[in-house]
Amino acid sequence: MKPLAGLRAAAAAAAATGALLAGAAAAQAITPPDVLVKSVTLEVVEIVKHDKDIQAGDRRKVIELIDAKVVPHFNFTAMTASALGTHWGKADAEQKARLTNEFRTLMVRTYASSIAAYRNQRFDFRPLRAKPTDTDVTVNVRVLQPGTEAVKIDYDMEKTARGWKVWDVRVADISLTANYRTEFANVVRESGVDGLIKTLRAKNDRVTERTPVAGGERK
Amino acid sequence: MSGTRASTGWDGSAWLRRPLAVLLLALATGCATTNGSDPRDPLEGFNRSMYAFNDAFDEAIGKPVANAYKSTLPDPVRGWVRNFFGNIGDLYIGLNNLLQGKPADTVNDWARFAFNTIFGVVGINDVASEMGLEKHNEDFGQTFGRWGAASGAYIVWPLLGPSTVRDSAGGLLDSYFDPVRRHDPVDARNFAVLLRAVGQRADLLDASRILEEAALDRYIFQRDAYLQRRRGLIYDGNPPRESPSSRVRDDVPVQAAPAAPAGSDRQFDEPAADGTLPGRVSVLYEPRQPANYAAVLAASARVGQ
Repeated sequence: MKPLAGLRAAAAAAAATGALLAGAAAAQAITPPDVLVKSVTLEVVEIVKHDKDIQAGDRRKVIELIDAKVVPHFNFTAMTASALGTHWGKADAEQKARLTNEFRTLMVRTYASSIAAYRNQRFDFRPLRAKPTDTDVTVNVRVLQPGTEAVKIDYDMEKTARGWKVWDVRVADISLTANYRTEFANVVRESGVDGLIKTLRAKNDRVTERTPVAGGERK
Repeated sequence: MSGTRASTGWDGSAWLRRPLAVLLLALATGCATTNGSDPRDPLEGFNRSMYAFNDAFDEAIGKPVANAYKSTLPDPVRGWVRNFFGNIGDLYIGLNNLLQGKPADTVNDWARFAFNTIFGVVGINDVASEMGLEKHNEDFGQTFGRWGAASGAYIVWPLLGPSTVRDSAGGLLDSYFDPVRRHDPVDARNFAVLLRAVGQRADLLDASRILEEAALDRYIFQRDAYLQRRRGLIYDGNPPRESPSSRVRDDVPVQAAPAAPAGSDRQFDEPAADGTLPGRVSVLYEPRQPANYAAVLAASARVGQ
């Protein structure tokens, strides 16, 4: 009887600790969305500026950097769903997971290319126009370059239990998820959801072949 | 029509023959495969063949020349070229802002021109930006959009690239009012037009590489990006947009805040301008949201646990 009670207490303590940790993590995670965008952007830019391998064009390292610093703040399921539009409902749970995985890979690759194109532009982090109670906001950043108009980058973000998550990025008013909608719809109409998974996978493999990426998320 | 296109090219240049062959081939095949599934793009067959031609031209001439330009001229010099033409552009950008009922922006644009021309050494230095006078992006296509003209069908022009019926009409006026194209003598004008085009292509080298990597179907990707971009420009960067989350969750108040003007510098004319904007432009390109977004949210919440 005694050991069992001890075990039970230990289990309760463990559960309490777990809850405490979870609570602490949750409290820590709610960084305001504009602060989050600014700190992540500046951190990534700082690393890119000072990393010699990245400067020399090491894509694998850029992707590692994105995976570590940027990916956690994105809700790729919501992004993929938005890109699929009404066709999202046609996918079962497993297909949704695979679609999300492929789309994430594609997004990370694209993001890596845009980081490679970074040329010391300056950022203008616009003040957040939202009420503290808002759970769905847009964070405006502008990339300044002399001689041409600034490039707007808008992050559509949503408050979740795990902090603010990006569910769409608009570059110069071009929504990434909306821009894939027609393409994805065409593929799904022609060859179904599995066809789209296959197409995305082939696309990702092609890009991988050209620029070898070791330790990618898919083997 | 392909015949007239061919006759306007330089005669007999080997490097031009390939794109022309591609154009002819594309015309022959492309027109036959009009699927026209997208209501915004009834000319898809023609457009795809033009896209193929432009793409081949770009591969054969555009990109190599732009790369050579980029590797020959140092960064600051390319900046001077960019600023010089940008400065001239501010003249008709200001004119368009005036036509769109934004006199404050017009003053800004023409002040830019004055400062950059005088203190920026005929515009090769963009001192106005450093003074806080922001560079705008306007043209006659946007002005027509602002006045309520729908974009009409999407059109890809040979060499000029993506456009719409409205933007093509605007483009005609743009080139009419373009000081560079009105410049005499002809030799200097041709040189300037060419230099500007090469400089613009060089500035887009990174962007076009990213496009190639990101797109499944580059034609559609470019088309949809163009249409989204133009819509954004007409609304000066604040196109109306519905937030899917606010649709699904009733307890979230309507998102007035994110839709508010991003640039505080524009808050004076923005509300009035917004009120006058036609509704049908937004209807055409309104992003469709998943019908079952609630399920998406549930799914993403599960992933997070």
